[in-house]
Amino acid sequence: MTVPASTGSHREIFLSGIWSNSPGMAQLLGLCPLLAVSRTLVAGLALGIATLLVVCATNALVSLTRHWIDARVRLPALVLIIAAFVTSVDLLFKAWWFELYGEIGLFIPLIVTNCVILSRAEAFASRNPLLPSLLDGLGHGLGFLLVLAALGTVRELLGNGLLVASLPPGGFFALAGLIALRNFIQHKRTADP
Amino acid sequence: MAGQEQELGMPVRANRPGWQAVASLAGFAAAAGLVVGLAWDSARERIADNEARRVLVELSAVLPAALYDNEPHRDMIRLALPDDEPRQIWRARRAGKPVAAVLTSLAPDGYSGQIRLLVAVTIDGRILGVRVTSHSETPGIGDVIEADKSAWIGSFDGRSLGEPEESRWRLRKDGGDIDAITGATISSRAVVAATRRAMQYFRRHREDIFAIPAGSPAATSGD
Repeated sequence: MTVPASTGSHREIFLSGIWSNSPGMAQLLGLCPLLAVSRTLVAGLALGIATLLVVCATNALVSLTRHWIDARVRLPALVLIIAAFVTSVDLLFKAWWFELYGEIGLFIPLIVTNCVILSRAEAFASRNPLLPSLLDGLGHGLGFLLVLAALGTVRELLGNGLLVASLPPGGFFALAGLIALRNFIQHKRTADP
Repeated sequence: MAGQEQELGMPVRANRPGWQAVASLAGFAAAAGLVVGLAWDSARERIADNEARRVLVELSAVLPAALYDNEPHRDMIRLALPDDEPRQIWRARRAGKPVAAVLTSLAPDGYSGQIRLLVAVTIDGRILGVRVTSHSETPGIGDVIEADKSAWIGSFDGRSLGEPEESRWRLRKDGGDIDAITGATISSRAVVAATRRAMQYFRRHREDIFAIPAGSPAATSGD
């Protein structure tokens, strides 16, 4: 390994995306797909996996090429990379998860507009070596996936008896509950270390 | 520390010549093209397979399985004849002889946009079934053109261009013999007209439709 970094900091990078910096619960990024697709667990997981793949691949490539990206065309270059990976993931889903594609297909191309991905590429991967960037992507991707899966589970369970849970407002309520829970735990933690 | 490169990465190189920025962007565009190309190459066949399987499900709704012994979802041509609507056509054969065909038909004049249909017709010009494959008609009103919302689309079964007479292949309120769905006149009118056009097309080009080999260049260029 060329990066002489302590395991502690790698762990922190990875965990930040899942908890303290969670895209869905702390940064409130990418809410549009989050609310639209989290109607069922399976759909939520599928979009989560697609997003995870894109954010990891983007972070890895941006990190590897960070010295060649001219600062003046940084944003277009990042958007090009993200668009290429999203298109590829879209094709792969269409080929290997066709059934699922029917359900969430519309939202896979929209991953390109998920600010989580651009923000990780811009704020982290373009300034860090490969391994931390990959961990950062993995952490944020997993963080997004977990929120999607949690929302999907809650809404699917409630949706069977409580129709509103599967409608858009239900998504807002479930997400609000999740954020409140996270803030509550976070407060407890910081209050008594 | 992972953040140690903070001051190394992304320096502002404002004094570099402009072509370098262009070259860097062109390089990324090329790389992006390569990535998408590779993904397309590895996924293409499976995607085609998946689409064909979905088509098979759609076809089986209008094409009784007892009628044919070939694989209609693979026996497909795209026909774009001059001055005629381009269509996708699946051929059903039995013992090599043509028995029926399923044609796509596009109604551009739905209440809110295009309505896409599949029209299945026997070799002697009788309708086996009509199904709407996509539309954006008003939910609860125009969407009764769907087979699982109402039986109306089934009223075409068994009809032909002689039954009713071709000039009466229109809604009753337009001087024809076909009932409209209450409250969805525009949607009904669009579906009736698109079905009639598909039938007329089939009558005009029946010989060609079954003669062209599946997937042949002639089928796509439309000569």
